Amino acid sequence: MASNEPNVSSPRQGAPGFIHDWSAERRVFNVPWGKAMMWLFILSDVFIFACFLVGYMVLRMSTVEPWPDASEVFALTIAGQSIPLLLIAIMTFILISSSGTMALAVKYGYANDRRKTAVLLLITALLGASFVGMQAFEWAILIGEGVRPWENPWGAAQFGAVFFLITGFHGTHVTIGVIFIVIMAVKVMRGSLDGQRPGFLTGRKGNYGMVESLGLYWHFVDLVWVFIFAFFYLW
Amino acid sequence: MDQHNSHHQPELRVYLKVWLWLFVLSVLSYLVDISGIEGLPKWGLITLFMLLKAGLIVAFFMHMAWERLSLIYTVLVPPAVLLFLAVLMAMEANYTLVSRLANLAG
Repeated sequence: MASNEPNVSSPRQGAPGFIHDWSAERRVFNVPWGKAMMWLFILSDVFIFACFLVGYMVLRMSTVEPWPDASEVFALTIAGQSIPLLLIAIMTFILISSSGTMALAVKYGYANDRRKTAVLLLITALLGASFVGMQAFEWAILIGEGVRPWENPWGAAQFGAVFFLITGFHGTHVTIGVIFIVIMAVKVMRGSLDGQRPGFLTGRKGNYGMVESLGLYWHFVDLVWVFIFAFFYLW
Repeated sequence: MDQHNSHHQPELRVYLKVWLWLFVLSVLSYLVDISGIEGLPKWGLITLFMLLKAGLIVAFFMHMAWERLSLIYTVLVPPAVLLFLAVLMAMEANYTLVSRLANLAG
């Protein structure tokens, strides 16, 4: 290596930096390990959801029966008027809002503003919980109308299987996220992150990088919903 | 490593702008659905808005815009093979449909 190598604290950007990171015989990712691991977990989850969506594509393309029209299936009747996809639109806005509050929670966490971080985390959890509630409401409506994984009143039988699998798996992710966000909010409120208090399960010392990793997971859940909204509900 | 070292902190208005755009793009894709546009324009617009939303979330909310290339490539390149999977499965699904129409119809 040349003697005028830039020092490690100011690594090069762009393609030379990429080559440097992989060839320098030291840690490749210049981020806390928790964040790198969260990204790898998200990558694996991307593949799971993508396989579900590709499977949905195969079922929908290969069936000879008409696919139920999502605009009508998911319409809500309010004051005698049928509004297509109303509940889904509201759920979409709720999840986007929760992503926004999560992003701000991460920002105020790094600014060591405990109160704002905790409040924003709790708002995020509340929005996430209401999303799951609406999901349950939607399931109840469809089950009441006779949708089952093996049949439904409107067309291709595969519709129910795909609907329950994909929205169920996503709803499970949201539920797990809400639980972890509440736990994180409690940690922030009692000062565990400022005081670097070890967690009771892993013994990791608390720091605000944990809020960012949790935020990555939450944004990923929102990201998956963007694709489900487009492919399943709008397509 | 110091937790703050690797972290670039964008300003508040960056988040608010991204937030606003996510709302606007969601409204637009909803409008496409209820406007009655059909066929290729509908799918094209829905896909466009979807990719824009995904890009905004990954780049700004998930801070990808401020990460180094080694992390960006690790996360964004592997999912490209999923496009290949989707193409293969689309061909397979088409074959299944043709077979069903030819042999099972009526």
